[in-house]
Amino acid sequence: MAKKERQAPEISAGAMADIAFLLLIFFLVTTQFPAEEGIPMVLPAKKDPNQEQVQKEINDRNLFKILVNRNDELLVEDEIMDLANLKDAVKRHITNNGRDPKLSDSPQKAVVSIKVDRGTSYDMYIKVLDRVKQAYHEARAEALGITVEQYLAIKEDKLPPDMKQKYQQVKERIPMMISIADPNKKK
Amino acid sequence: MQGHFKKKTKAKQDIPTAALPDIIFMLLFFFMVTTQLKPEQVLVEQELPHASQIQSIDDPTVVSYVYIGPPINKAAYGSEPRVQVNDVLLEPSAIAPLLLEEQAALPLEKRAKMIVSLKIDKDVKMGVVSDVTNTLRDNELRMVLFNAVKASASEQ
Repeated sequence: MAKKERQAPEISAGAMADIAFLLLIFFLVTTQFPAEEGIPMVLPAKKDPNQEQVQKEINDRNLFKILVNRNDELLVEDEIMDLANLKDAVKRHITNNGRDPKLSDSPQKAVVSIKVDRGTSYDMYIKVLDRVKQAYHEARAEALGITVEQYLAIKEDKLPPDMKQKYQQVKERIPMMISIADPNKKK
Repeated sequence: MQGHFKKKTKAKQDIPTAALPDIIFMLLFFFMVTTQLKPEQVLVEQELPHASQIQSIDDPTVVSYVYIGPPINKAAYGSEPRVQVNDVLLEPSAIAPLLLEEQAALPLEKRAKMIVSLKIDKDVKMGVVSDVTNTLRDNELRMVLFNAVKASASEQ
């Protein structure tokens, strides 16, 4: 039998690109840059035991009290309220500008206080905080003449100078003063 | 007669594709290296609450994580919500040293900007949450982010 002439086997590299593409597309699709999204808050400053606690007197009309009990029920300004009405009530309070004698003098003086119980669920707390923030964001967005979505998407560093100035002015005019009471403290 | 306009010599217009796999591989390696499938093992259940007023953090390098929720492994850790930092479950009062260590590892100019991202299961009670936030406050880690998922319009 005559020996057949062996040809050097050649791997066709044509499909290689396809394979690489497939892998590439897989990683493209599955890659998730960890997104950090949520409700930002700044916690109150630490109590200094050496310093006399300065009791800042807040006029009762400027203080908007929200209480949540262990059954996730809302008590707003000493009245039972539904969560759905909370946002409008908070907004009315901060944008009152002295009209209603029971509500705030001005946005600068308005304070929203949230007090929860140790047994309140975190879900409820976030819902309440979300509504309060929504009220503030709507008030600020209206002052800027944009929608809430546009307001939320603002990145302060990337704003053009004139808009940035307006943004900071509005933030100053409608400061977000949300006080979160410590549920451990007994009154 | 018809053949008067002779077809020009066929110049092959093929783009050489030999280098294509190399380019693709380079892209592939880039994505493989930058992909983070899971930063760390989360030992507690994480069903984040929904909210509408969601804002994102500009600089992800200054973020540290605290997870709170009922342990996934209930046989070993019980069913009460626990607090996780890095890879360990801790008492709320014991999380400060680990977070302060992370803060110390940041470049000087970023230390004051450190944000603690709180990933808290929606069924956790506020007692644990307030213990954690009090610990953070006492250690001057005052910027926090309550992690939440964007709520759909129908939930509003």
